[in-house]
Amino acid sequence: MSANLASFLYLVSGVLFIMALRGLSHPTTSRKGNLYGMVGMAIAIVTTLIYATPSFNGFVLILAGLAIGGGAGAVIAKRIAMTAMPQLVAAFHSLVGLAAVMVAAAALYAPESFGIGVVGDIHAQALVEMSLGVAIGAITFTGSVIAFLKLDGRMSGKPILLPMRHVVNAGLAIGLVVLIVLLVTTQSHTIFWLIVLLSLVLGVLIIVPIGGADMPVVVSMLNSYSGWAAAGIGFTLGNLALIITGALVGSSGAILSYIMCKGMNRSFISVILGGFGGETAAATDDGIERTVKQGSADDAAYLMMNAQKVIIVPGYGMAVAQAQHALREMADKLKEAGVEVKYAIHPVAGRMPGHMNVLLAEAQVPYDEVFELEDINSEFAQADVAYVIGANDVTNPSARDDKSSPIYGMPILDVDKARTCLFVKRSLGSGYAGIDNTLFYKDGTMMLLGDAKKMTEEIVKAMDH
Amino acid sequence: MEPTVMEKALDQLDSAVASVRAAIENVQAAEVADAAGALAHGASGGAIDPFVFRLAIFVLAIFVGYYVVWSVTPALHTPLMSVTNAISSVIVVGALLAVGISASGLATGFGFIALVLASVNIFGGFLVTSRMLAMYKKKDK
Repeated sequence: MSANLASFLYLVSGVLFIMALRGLSHPTTSRKGNLYGMVGMAIAIVTTLIYATPSFNGFVLILAGLAIGGGAGAVIAKRIAMTAMPQLVAAFHSLVGLAAVMVAAAALYAPESFGIGVVGDIHAQALVEMSLGVAIGAITFTGSVIAFLKLDGRMSGKPILLPMRHVVNAGLAIGLVVLIVLLVTTQSHTIFWLIVLLSLVLGVLIIVPIGGADMPVVVSMLNSYSGWAAAGIGFTLGNLALIITGALVGSSGAILSYIMCKGMNRSFISVILGGFGGETAAATDDGIERTVKQGSADDAAYLMMNAQKVIIVPGYGMAVAQAQHALREMADKLKEAGVEVKYAIHPVAGRMPGHMNVLLAEAQVPYDEVFELEDINSEFAQADVAYVIGANDVTNPSARDDKSSPIYGMPILDVDKARTCLFVKRSLGSGYAGIDNTLFYKDGTMMLLGDAKKMTEEIVKAMDH
Repeated sequence: MEPTVMEKALDQLDSAVASVRAAIENVQAAEVADAAGALAHGASGGAIDPFVFRLAIFVLAIFVGYYVVWSVTPALHTPLMSVTNAISSVIVVGALLAVGISASGLATGFGFIALVLASVNIFGGFLVTSRMLAMYKKKDK
């Protein structure tokens, strides 16, 4: 196969990847989009195989690698629970990061295979591109591993604040730049591995201070990093498919990070610097005895069955309790009784962008009943009941009304404007941000204390009689 | 003034034609981008490095990505992440080159690890995305 034809085919697969993302603009076109992505990937792989014409042994090795990795990937994809999606995505990011490091290492030890020079005399430009790719790849790898551990609950979601961490991180970053310059001048393999090592450490240090609820930003950010790493390697190999894909993934992750930050009214820098939610706000304890109205499942069932319009507000707690199926049952009962049911999703509900939508889709909630914050917020005023399940900070009216609140300015769902707000919660503790939710003490609020899933199931039962 | 400009242009054309010929002759041996780069190199009179063309593609792709991703509905942000994840495993082409034509044992080893990791991602990423997308249903009326 000629090099030009190969280049052209890589371009085709790049375009197919663009169409794959384009398909996601609507659920009906999304499946076709995913198919475009698969075709693009197949074209890239087959093109490379024909172009590189591997030896028989090489070919066997390639088939073995594809079979081992592909088999493992397929099994994981089949078995994974939808609630574990954030962890899975973080784990997948780490694989891309490590793969980038490994490809760069292979290019360093056998530059002839990639046409970037010979050992000891690799083109300077290729070395710079390669070391950028490898540094970002290694940061993505360890950063994603930490994010995975936090999301999977194997590591506390609390931010870990090391002393002098900003100084240490800045020092490491400067060290990286120095090492990259040294690599270009000396071509030393030791320096290459030092770059890898330093980046691995940096990846851990960057993610460790970031708390659990900031994870949507972290996951999106790592998504972006994995793209830039791929692009760096793409430049080294001069491969169009990799360059285009890297740019697409990089900007996609960056946009998602931006959307998540906006959903929390926080700057990207402040999220990255970390530490949010570590210290519990002392201001909440002002000594004033406030009364909370508590209700039972029967009260909730009665209220909702007699309502005309119910808006359900799910949050991370719903995912933890796996309450989405019970919730759908409840909504079905309400719809049978002629009640209008809608779902309202806050952009940062859950642990990754779109987390709640996937869980509701899993429970077979039709996507046209699920609305984004800006589309539904004005409707709370006309709703009889807002059913808040597993969400807390995103409903806190202080974010709207109290200028002294640490979350002031964060866009919230106006559940307090509904006639009655039913708030399912395990206990009266404060939310992730450590901020008291003034919603609990409002007249129209009824607290339903208990596990999200059990409470919802009890309400469903109560609706039957 | 004019003749020199004309001559220069002709020279450039000549060198472009020469490099096209050279590219056609050497395609089997030449590296993918180097050939493409040589073409561009010739056409621009040798003034522009192939890197610039790659950079141009990269920058334009960032803009394409920017506009395409903003059009993605927020409901599909999780599938967006898993599908971007899957397509970024196109890094597998680097792994294939390393495993397929590497002479050095170490490079083949690194390439093989990269190949396995990337294939986990390719199959896992696309399959889990299609599993998710299959769940999104419209209200049946």
